[in-house]
Amino acid sequence: MAKLTNIFNNRRSWAAPYALFLVLFVVLPLIMIVFYAFHDASGTFTVHNFTKFFTTNTDLNRFIYSIGIAIITTLICILLGYPAAYIMASAEFNTPKVMAILFILPMWVNFLLRTIATAELFSMLGMPLREGALLFGMVYDFLPFMIYPIYNTIQKLDNSYLEAARDLGATPLQVFTKVTLPLSMPGIYSGIVMVFMPTVSTFAISEILTENNIHLFGTTIQESINSGTMLNYGAALSLIMLVIIGITSLIGNNDNSESREGGLL
Amino acid sequence: MKIIEVKHVSKQFEDGKFALNDVSLSIEKGEFVTILGPSGCGKTTLLRCIAGFQVATSGDILLNGMDVTEMPPNKRPVNTVFQKYALFPHLNVFDNVAFGLKLKKIDKNIIEQKVKAALKTVGLSDYEFRNVDSLSGGQQQRVAIARAIINEPEVLLLDEPLAALDLKMRKDMQLELKEMHKKLGITFLYVTHDQEEALTLSDRVVVMNEGRIQQIGTPTDIYNEPQNCFVADFIGESNILSATMIRDRRVAFCDAEFDCVDEGFGENAPVDVVIRPEDIYIWENTKTSIAKQQADYDPDDRVPKGNFTKWYGTVQSSIFKGVHYEMTVLTDNNYEFLVQDYHEFKPGTSVGMLVKPEDIQIMRKERYIFNNFEGEVLKNGKVRFLDAEWEINPDDIAQFEAGDIVNVKVPFKEIDLQDHEEDGVLSGEVHYILFKGNHYALTIRTDEGHDIYVYTTDVWDDGDRVGILIPKESIHIEKRQS
Repeated sequence: MAKLTNIFNNRRSWAAPYALFLVLFVVLPLIMIVFYAFHDASGTFTVHNFTKFFTTNTDLNRFIYSIGIAIITTLICILLGYPAAYIMASAEFNTPKVMAILFILPMWVNFLLRTIATAELFSMLGMPLREGALLFGMVYDFLPFMIYPIYNTIQKLDNSYLEAARDLGATPLQVFTKVTLPLSMPGIYSGIVMVFMPTVSTFAISEILTENNIHLFGTTIQESINSGTMLNYGAALSLIMLVIIGITSLIGNNDNSESREGGLL
Repeated sequence: MKIIEVKHVSKQFEDGKFALNDVSLSIEKGEFVTILGPSGCGKTTLLRCIAGFQVATSGDILLNGMDVTEMPPNKRPVNTVFQKYALFPHLNVFDNVAFGLKLKKIDKNIIEQKVKAALKTVGLSDYEFRNVDSLSGGQQQRVAIARAIINEPEVLLLDEPLAALDLKMRKDMQLELKEMHKKLGITFLYVTHDQEEALTLSDRVVVMNEGRIQQIGTPTDIYNEPQNCFVADFIGESNILSATMIRDRRVAFCDAEFDCVDEGFGENAPVDVVIRPEDIYIWENTKTSIAKQQADYDPDDRVPKGNFTKWYGTVQSSIFKGVHYEMTVLTDNNYEFLVQDYHEFKPGTSVGMLVKPEDIQIMRKERYIFNNFEGEVLKNGKVRFLDAEWEINPDDIAQFEAGDIVNVKVPFKEIDLQDHEEDGVLSGEVHYILFKGNHYALTIRTDEGHDIYVYTTDVWDDGDRVGILIPKESIHIEKRQS
């Protein structure tokens, strides 16, 4: 009995269920991915899976294409999201809270539902389900993830910085370029991480919005694993993608630590 | 030459309250002027109107003879040092200081020289490439000053720049600011709520309260010759008493008559007097049991000889303040005086006091005996004023008809304040307290925003909620002169 109370009193033991969860569903799968990636179907160690990827043109091209789509999506999200966040956060525009909620509202709906609805919308309007539809769907799905962190940073921006810049002779435009924009970079970095990472690995959106005409890297991974025979190859591709995502999030985090109060991350 | 002229400037906020109420002020080139007042008195609003962050509702602001009332801040030849410094966190010290010059697209080498010179002025050489977050409060303050003075503004505006620093640092920075002002030769307009800071730094002090200027003068003028009770009470310690100016150079208070040096108030005019605690001479007064006469005991011969009015009392409390003792003395006729002296007189000691005529400062009374309100006689025999209905003596009301507009007079000392606001006809808040020797003069602000003056011997605190009652025999109404 005494032992049991000891366990409850020891705060560290409270983390045990979570630690177990992490080991089972995060650490173990990661180890398995690494293990499978460096072995062939018969279980012998090999780097063939990686050399195969870098020598198979279709897969390599798909990978580059996916990165390209992700970059374009992220850029469009920044271009659309920043002004939206700025207008919502700036006191001078006096935007009602409803506006902010409307921008965030799509996040409340499951993205698969949204994507299917988008596909329906396109076919209803008689528009082709191709690259354009894909980009539209991606931007539509991920825009709130860009707006929210930027909105957060701009809203927290101390008005005295803007006044100080005006006081030192800056025009309203110069205040924006020299103070507001640089100070909202942490929000933009958070937004990039939140949009870029999932868009690289997405496959459902491209499947639904292009009727499987456009294959993204996520699709390649999914197909390899589903095929049953190429499990090891799929694992290698996943690892490559993880590394890419890891690098982008590292870039984001570095900049975040420098200028506090990032946003979502 | 006048560098800043503020002409009848008012600033009204959306809720109708005046942050500035008809403020006029002119500042000479090269002056160090301090705007001093309690929080919410409008001093920061005035500074922001001059800087351009707020636009006056009415009135004009001239800088160097040029009307800038509605000019955006970036076009004005002034720079501001902000209360919380507002250093740009994404730029290092050099880039912060160079911010203004870079906007002007000045040659890089010149910028570098000027930044170095500015940092040297504020004593921060070799800090160019430090991150601003890594600096202490005092250092950040210096960077903020360097960032402002590098633009060579006509006027440097400082908004409570030392408020965030600890006492020791604040004292050092005060001296440095004064040095800097001398060296740079530009006009400093400084906002603070710290009266000592204002007296130490300034050539002239502007005392503000409730959106109005109370007095403008040199620190000595402000301290020695306050023009009203607010200034006397806000600047330093003081004894403020209601008095009567009997004739020129003769004033009565505390049931005695005193010589003074002021003239021109008329005969038997109600006035207020201010006596600074350090201006009162105090000595031990041993009463001999036989003669029951006052025997003044002054072994050190400190008390001035001459034909001065003396008054007597008993020491109530004594606190050591470092250099002097601060004592409260209750006179035999129940007036309380604050006295400072290098000698201690223990509580219970009988003492005599005197003050030299030139140390008695006379001020015109702003209000006298009665609150005056405008009222309307109602059908139900009541009178409506202060946004409430009041019962009144039937005899008084008889000579008026419903709908008559009347003057209502209520004596200060007959207003009854209740602890529980629901017990009053009106409720309000204690807005200002002034101790006047044997009673408190309170300003009560009603919830509808009217001010009522009350004399009471009860002790209240600033901000206390009160219920207000006025006995019907204390309400006097008279016909309004049209």
